[in-house]
Order: sequence, then C-alpha cells, then structure tokens
Amino acid sequence: MPNPEILRLAGITKSFPGVLALSGVDFTLQQGEIHALMGENGAGKSTLIKVLTGVYKRDAGRIEYRGVPVEVHSPLQAQDLGISTVYQEVNLVPNLSVAENLFLGRQPMSAGQIAWKAINERALEILARFDLDLDVRENLGGYTLAIQQMVAIARALELNARVLILDEPTSSLNVEEVDKLFLQMRRLKSEGQAIIFITHFVDQVFQISDRITVLRNGGYIGTYPTAEITKVELISKLLGREYEKLSELAVARPREDAGREGAFLRTEALGRKASIKPFSIQVRRGEVVGCAGLLGSGRSELASLLFGIQSADSGRLLVDERAVRLGNPRKAMRLGIGLSPEDRKAQGLIQDLSVRENIILALQVRQGWLRNLGSRQQKEIAERYIRLLDIKTPSSEQLTRNLSGGNQQKVIIARWLASAPRFLILDEPTRGIDVGAKTEIQKLIVQLARDGLAVLFISSEIEEIARCSGTVLVLHNREVVETLRGQDIEDRVIMNAIAERHLEGSPDA
Amino acid sequence: MSRAERAPGKTASGRPGGRGWRKRIPLLSPALVFILIFGIGGLLYRNLFSLRVLANLFTDNAFLGIAAVGMTFVIISGGIDLSVGAVISTSAMIIAVLDQAGAGPLLGIPAALAFGALLGFLMGCVIHFFRAHPFIVTLSGMFLARGLGYLLSWQSVPIEHEFFSVASQIGIPMGENLKLSVPALMFIAVVLVGAFLQRRTRYGRNVYAIGGNEQSAFLMGLPVGRTKLLIYTVSGLLSAIGGVVLTFYTLSGYGNAAFGLELDTIASVVIGGTLLSGGVGSVVGTLIGVLILGLIQTFIAFQGTLNMYWTKIFIGAMLFAFILLQKAFSLSAAARRK
Amino acid sequence: MLEQSPVAAGRSRRGVNPLAWPLLALAIILLFNLIVTPDFFSVSVKDGHLFGSLIDILKRASPTLIIALGMTLVIATGGIDISVGSVAAIAGSVAALLVRGSNIAYLKEAAHASAPLLPVFAFALLAAAACGLFNGSLVSLVGIQPIVATLILMITGRGVAVLLTNGYVLNFDHPRFESVGIGYLLGLPFPFLLAIGVFLILLLFTRFTPLGLFIQSIGGNSVASVYSGISARTVKALVYLVSGLCAGAAGVIMTADVKAADANYMGLWLELDAILAVVIGGTNMAGGRYSLWGTIVGALIIQSLTTTILTRGVQVQYTLIVKAVVVIFVILIQSERTRELLRRLRGGRLPEAGAS
Repeated sequence: MPNPEILRLAGITKSFPGVLALSGVDFTLQQGEIHALMGENGAGKSTLIKVLTGVYKRDAGRIEYRGVPVEVHSPLQAQDLGISTVYQEVNLVPNLSVAENLFLGRQPMSAGQIAWKAINERALEILARFDLDLDVRENLGGYTLAIQQMVAIARALELNARVLILDEPTSSLNVEEVDKLFLQMRRLKSEGQAIIFITHFVDQVFQISDRITVLRNGGYIGTYPTAEITKVELISKLLGREYEKLSELAVARPREDAGREGAFLRTEALGRKASIKPFSIQVRRGEVVGCAGLLGSGRSELASLLFGIQSADSGRLLVDERAVRLGNPRKAMRLGIGLSPEDRKAQGLIQDLSVRENIILALQVRQGWLRNLGSRQQKEIAERYIRLLDIKTPSSEQLTRNLSGGNQQKVIIARWLASAPRFLILDEPTRGIDVGAKTEIQKLIVQLARDGLAVLFISSEIEEIARCSGTVLVLHNREVVETLRGQDIEDRVIMNAIAERHLEGSPDA
Repeated sequence: MSRAERAPGKTASGRPGGRGWRKRIPLLSPALVFILIFGIGGLLYRNLFSLRVLANLFTDNAFLGIAAVGMTFVIISGGIDLSVGAVISTSAMIIAVLDQAGAGPLLGIPAALAFGALLGFLMGCVIHFFRAHPFIVTLSGMFLARGLGYLLSWQSVPIEHEFFSVASQIGIPMGENLKLSVPALMFIAVVLVGAFLQRRTRYGRNVYAIGGNEQSAFLMGLPVGRTKLLIYTVSGLLSAIGGVVLTFYTLSGYGNAAFGLELDTIASVVIGGTLLSGGVGSVVGTLIGVLILGLIQTFIAFQGTLNMYWTKIFIGAMLFAFILLQKAFSLSAAARRK
Repeated sequence: MLEQSPVAAGRSRRGVNPLAWPLLALAIILLFNLIVTPDFFSVSVKDGHLFGSLIDILKRASPTLIIALGMTLVIATGGIDISVGSVAAIAGSVAALLVRGSNIAYLKEAAHASAPLLPVFAFALLAAAACGLFNGSLVSLVGIQPIVATLILMITGRGVAVLLTNGYVLNFDHPRFESVGIGYLLGLPFPFLLAIGVFLILLLFTRFTPLGLFIQSIGGNSVASVYSGISARTVKALVYLVSGLCAGAAGVIMTADVKAADANYMGLWLELDAILAVVIGGTNMAGGRYSLWGTIVGALIIQSLTTTILTRGVQVQYTLIVKAVVVIFVILIQSERTRELLRRLRGGRLPEAGAS
C-alpha cells in the first residue's frame, strides 16, 4: 500500500529582480519517506524550501498540505502547521542550556515559575530517544555541531513536526556523526515521519533516501526513486548541460602548446588539515587549469591556499621556483596572484561602492599608499575594462549592487585584470549568470591564457571546464584525485572520473 | 555514548556535580574581586571591614544599583540604554516639583514612575519598529529626559513632605547603631525580583535568547518585539525607581543629578560579568559589580589622601581588565570547540 | 538560476545627492532665524574682525566639528569612538599645565605666563595621539568591539585628566595661547579656521591617498576588502589615531577659549554631539560611505539649533529637547523601515531580499 501523501508542491515559480530563481518546480512528499532534494549551488533548493516555509511568497504554483491547499505566510505559521526546518546554521541559542533550547518559548511552568527540574528531566527523556546522554544543563554552544543539530531536530519533533526539513545537515559532520544521524532518521522514518533531506552529497543520498529530486538552475529536472537510478546518472543530472545551445557555441579550444612557457606556480604536497589533503600541482603560464568536482570536494579550499587566505600546514608552495609562505592575500598579490572568490556578494563585491571603485581596488592595493590613482586615472581604467569585458552599466559611477549577477562577476574579474596578475584564480565565475554572459567569460578565460596569464578555473559545470582547459584537476572529498590532460579532456571522462570515486565507495561520505 | 559528544571537563555519566564550573566563572570572578578588595581594605584600614561599611554600600549605591538591574536586562538582550542617569535625575525632579505644588508622594511617585516607563517604552518602539541603533535612540532619550528635567526647574528644588525625610531615616535595625535603610531594602528587593525574572520566567529566558541570537529567537517563535519593548520599558521604570530612591537621600530634585551615571551603570554591569555583546550575564553579578564600584569609592575615601578622581581611574582599569579577560575566555572557548 | 535582463534595483533611482537632506534642514533653520530675527544674518566688522550671529555659530561649532570630522572616519570603518570627550579633557589639561609653567602648576592663582607655545601644542597632541593609539590597538590588534574598547578610555580618561590637574580648575593668562580660542585670523574666528584646516587635511589625506577608498571598503564589506589585500588592521588603527588627534585639537581650543582647564567638565558628552553631527550629515552608522562635507553641515545644524534657541530668548533647557527631537527625526528618515512604510503607502510591492 503506498503511503499517504502529506505534501505536494506543483508548478512553483519564484523570481527576484533580474533573477528567475525557480521555474515550474514540482515536489511531493509521503509519510514515512526520506526524500532527498539535490542541486548544485544556485539550483534553487533553499529558495524552494523558503517558499514552502513562508519566508518568500511564491509567484505561481500550488502547495497542498495533507490534501488541502494552503498559503504559508511566515516561518512561525509553517511551524504551527507542522512543517519544521532545521537549518545548517542550527537556529538555536548557544548561550542557553540544551534542555532550555528544547523548551524555549514553551517552558513548563508550576506555581507561576519555570519548572527547571521538569525541564531537565523531560529533556533527558527526549534526548534518550535519540540515544544521547548529555548534561542537559550545559550550554548548547559547548557541544559539537552534530549534537546541536540533533537537539534542533529533537526540538522540531517536540513541536509536532509532521514534515521535517533538514537543510544540509551533514555538511560539517564526520563519518560517525553522519552514521548516528542516519540511524535517527531511519528510526523516525519507521515511525511514519516525513523527511526532506537537502544535500549535495551523492553517496549519502544513496545510503538513506527513498526518492531523489534534482533541481538545476531553478528548473525541475526530475524525481527518481533511489533504487532506480545509478550514481553516474544522478551526477549527470546534477551537472549536465543546461542548454543544447551552449555546447554549440564555439569557444576556441586552448592552444595545444599552451603552457609551454614553464611553470609559474608549483606545489609540493601542499595541504591543510581538515581543509584539503596535500596536493602537488603545477600551473604554467599561458595555461588554463580547470578544477572540477562536486560541491564540498575542496576546490575553494585549494584556491584559498594558493591565495593566502588560509595558510598551509604541510608541503611547499613555489612561485617562479622560489618557495614562499603565503600568510595573507597581500603577499599573494605581490607575487602576482589574484582570486575571484566563490561568493561574489559576500567575499567579492563592495556593494555600496561604484563600479569604478570596485575595479581599481586591487590595483590600488598593489600600488601601495604612496602611489594614489587619481580620479581621472581611475575613470580611464574603469572604462577600459567596462569596454573590454562589455560590462553593462549606465556609467562607471553606478553602484555595483545595482548590476546583474553577470555584470557583477565581470566587475570582479576586471578588478583582478586591472592589477595585471600573472596567475588568476577564478572560483565559479559563471555561477548564476545568463548564457550570453557565461560564454563571454569563458571566451575571456581562454583569451587571457593566450595572452600569457596562468589561470585556475573552478567550476561545477563540467562542459565549460572541458571547453576551456588545457589540464583538468579532478577533486573528490578534499583531495586531488586525478589530473587529466589533452585528449582526455572531455565531459564524459571528467564526469566518470568524479563518479568513479563515488562508486569505489571511498570511506568518507 | 562516545565521550567526544560531551563538553570537555565532564564526568562520565554527564550528571551534575563537577559540572559546569566553567559556566560559573562570569559570576565567580566579580565575587572574588569583591572579596579581595574588601579583604585588602580590611587589612589596611581596620574600620573598613565592618558590617556598617557593607550596609552603607547598599544604601549609598541603591539608586545606581536599581538602575543597573534594568541595564542588565538591556545589555543581556544585546542593547544599551544611555538614558539611565537622565531618567533618574528627572524622576527626582518630577517628584520635587509636584511636592512644591502641594501634591504629596501619592501623586509624585506614580508620576515619576510613569515618566520613566513611558520614555522607556517609546525608546523601545523606535529601536524595535524602526530597527534603529539603541545607542543613538537612548542617547536622544537621554537628551529628552535631561531637557525635561531642566525645563521643570533650572535650580535645585527642595522636597518638604515628611514622607521622604521619614523614608530616609527609618530602616530595619541590625545590631548596634545599624539599620538597613529603605533604599538598601529597595535595592535588595529589586535584585531579588530581577533574579527571579531572569531565572524563573519565560520573559527572562527570552531576554537571554534574544541576546544570544535574535534571528534564531525569532525563528524559534519567541515574542521578540514584545520582549524588547518590555526590556526598555522596565529599564526606564527601574531608573525612575532609582530616582525615587535618590530623593530619599537628597530630599531634592536637581537637574544635574546623576550626571554620567549611565557610565557607572554600564561599568557595574560589565564588571559584574555581563557581556556587552549580549546573551550572558546576571542580576546578581551586577549587584556585585555595584558593590565593587561602591567599595572602591569607600576605599579611596578611607585613604584620605588620594583624590576622588582615582575612583574613575580604578574603575576604568578594572573594566579594562575584565574586558580583556572576557576576550581571552571567548577566544579560548572558540579554540576548544575546534 | 536563470537571469533576465539586468534590472536596476530601487536604490539608484534615488539619484538625489545625499547631502541634500541635511543642507535642507540647515537652510530651514537659518531661514527660520532670518524671519524671526531680522538681523540674524547681519555681519559687521568690529575690532578688525567679523561679528554677528553667523560668526558666532561658526566659532562655537568648531570643537564639535573637529571631533566630528575624526569621528566620521571611525564610523565609516564601522566603528565608533566614545572616548573623545575625555581625550579632549586630557589634552586641554596638559595644555593648561604647560602654559602655566611647571613652577606654579598647581597653585590656585591665575598664572600670568608667557611659556613658549610649541611644546604646549606638541605635548597636548602627543597625549591625545597616545590615547588614539590605545583605542586603535584595542580594536585592531586585540579585536575588542569599538564601543567597549573606547568605553574604557571614556571612563579612565577623565580620571586621568582630573589627576593631571589635581582636581583644580587651572586658569591662566596667556594672551598668545588664548588667541587660539578667542582670536581671529583673516577676520574669521581662529577655531573655525582650525576646523577648516582639519577638514582640508583630512579631505586631502583621504582623497590623495588610497585611505578614503580603503576606509569605505572596510566599512562596506570587510571580508571582500581583506580578499582584495587591504590591511584592515592598519586602516582601523589609523582612524582611531586620527580621532584621538582631533579630540586633542578640540581640547586645546576649548581650554584656550575659556582660559582654563576644568577637567571634570571639559568635553563632557562632546562625543554625543559629534556622533550626532556625523549621523545627521548622512554617514551611515553601520559603516561604508561617509561624507566629511555632510559632517560639517551636521555640526552646523547642531550649533545653529542651539544658537537659534538662545537668540530667541528661549531657555537653554530646550536645547536638549530640541536636539533629541531632531535626532529622532533623522533616525526615522534614515531608517529602512520608514522607506518601506512609505512605499507601502504609495501602493508598491515590497522588494524582498534577493535569493542568495
């Protein structure tokens, strides 16, 4: 007998100024089911959940809960209905005790006072069901994230959640903690609980979920029973082409002899504990090195070691064959390295500053305090790059917060180009950008290499890596597992390299 | 169960007993400091180490202490209230002016309390509904209150009703020549009520939650808006009560009274173990902080040769030490968690 | 995520110069004065210098203005400095002590002195600089929240100032020094010229070096600034140093003006007026874009309000109330929430936070 359906979302569409975040997404959930919701960053998973829980108002589509159409206006209302979310940041209060967090807002009272004894005792009972024996009087903040998450789940269930949404619960957990979590999830499932499990970890999805829904770029790709799809198929659905058109657009392949000129940068077992395992790579002038892998595979961590944002605790980094220790970005910049970060809003742009100011920033830092760029100079430089990269903005004085994502990305790239680097790291430069701008950026990357720059190009989209790179590093689980060159660089090969690691059942999920 | 789950420094069963001494540190250190100063002072000046001095500490600092209890709640919630001194002063002025006009304490005191509560409520509204920075809002509250005080009377206004002079003299006898005065009793009462609120009511716990993470508190369904309004209203009310207590000793209203008191209040709250960033603290700690401040002043008075300005320097130095200590603790806690 | 054609989100539509609001407010105040006090704008020449209500405003606004200029940079980095009043007191006390000369430093009589001025200024400013560096290190090296860090000096500093003067009000009689406070140069009050001087120095320093850009960057997005190689520590330490120096200059002026240093009251609550001037002038308390011009207008608004009240014969008590009302008004105008409410009233839909 099929389990009764508890939740149905149909045709959900949501857009923000300039961005279509969700377009016609369907999703159903049954009681006693663990349903995984997957997609790379920017695919729309969190937007979908926020629409479901009333944080955002949808533009179109229907939500039916327990067979009845509903309008959810606020997270509180969602909670009252029985739809509870446990976020990645664990929205509890770390400075209060475990027991208190479980009961905050609904503490049992006796004789007009909070009944602490009852709270502590009940907390112990509740947590025992989760196989946890904690000192419930200790502050929540003193416990590991894994425990905090479990407490958050316990709280949600105490609030009579019928639909439990877990948003990236395993991102910061180690293997044992993940196993414990899954144990509890299976127990809850057997008690009839409906769970939405949002994650980007392919292996975990196969371990625990009954069905998988994949989103990509705001679009609904499909829902598949876990037993009926293979890992490779899943990965291809996650990373596959978004448009036929894109693959037809001609982007000249890098020269065959790219990188002949010699290594700009080389690493010898450079690594950092808990961040990325020691890797030995080289990046040559005039070459584009692509960096492929799923979310969480360590690509940004690799980049941060090469740019000095984090310091390595093992191995060596050699620039022009001289060993260097990069303690901060400034040192890296002095050596001619630049980084366009993954999160352009939080780490890249200074939104209240103008396009001009954002563009000349790195250059100015490189010039130092004594050589100031006058406003005329700044304007010239800014306009040069606006033309060069075809940045759509009414003027160089426009505030960057008003530009579209693609143009914002171009501003950041312009910033680094203006500083005349010898090695440029681009972390997800084409994420959340329309097709046209994507192609422009890809063309730019290839052109930069031809002009002699060394480029490290990180992306979740395999085909653009395949199209632009002379060498491809494949990352999996915070380790560089394979290096592909020349003829081997093809979507399918890269995809397989990633999938293979999953199939091999590497010990860490 | 793996031991790794538990916070470090715990017994195998994870039960109380040997638990959470670390949690107690914010309260222990000010207590230790107080005992230390009292002890040293007692060694240096035989008369310092006496019940009389202790009782006087309560009496003389009652108005500061009562206002500091209100400030404790504000700071724990992550805010700040700069209007405290002004409200104390103007409340006293309201009582004095009404007294001059013939209305006794039955009208004067409620009027003063209403003033404090109303001002607090208005500030709370602007802070919450317009998401304005508490610093600026309570700063204007301070200007407003002071201005009203000066408006009522530029000069000092004496209070003549016997109620006040009686209140300043009576007290609970405590041995030879010693009385626990009305201000001291009120101070202790406010501290007890405050401690009860903090520990035993949902309102009190919500204050901690908001200070810990306002966003989470909201998502958890706590009545953030209502709580914040209450916090500022109560702070205003308590400052007004402080003003009433002030009239018991000064028997007058004076526009420049309690000048700069907000700083002393903040200092006692911080020295008492409350973090200026919010989420951690206690009313009992504030009590100790107030006593420490008072003790420093007494110490200096006993010393005789040091000028009173040394008080400020000592308080500042103590504040500095406590802040560094708090920073060191939070850094080591963060490192332990990694 | 699919993107449609670029759409400029609401904010740039307000192409109005942010300086417009405070200027309007200032204009209203001055206009009001013009209407009710016909000779408000009259400026005459007396004793070889300009004289009149307007000139008075310029002179009295100067200490607050100088401090506010330094404060603008601090606030722009996302910080705040509430110790400036106490620092001014320290500098003023140092100046008074040195002016009186060491052999009669603590005597109560007014000292008729002719001490050389250079060391007076140098030591006063040095003391102020030391205070600024203290604040700067706490914020940038130790990483303490600015309001907490500067609270320490706010409390302790005043004690130190009183310590320096031994509790006395140190008065003196030193015509050359006094002219710093009450003198005129080119017909204008010297304090005001000094304020203009500070303004010009800061303006040039922030325009002709990358400092202005770095300050705005750090205040706007400190993570992105660090990723672009900016040394947040150096910049932050520097702005607190500047703030300290400005407070020192103001302290010297105030001491010269009244021919005395009263460590208990000098500069009391000056930080609050300074912060108000900065906020009214349009600089956001959260950091980022700042406007030194705006601060000038802000300081003038505060001072002209006070002067208006006095010239009208209204009691000085009202000054505080009026200041309070003005501040609340400014807060409400600057608040995002007000804009939302207005938009709702006008019938538009609220723009939601964009998808991450």
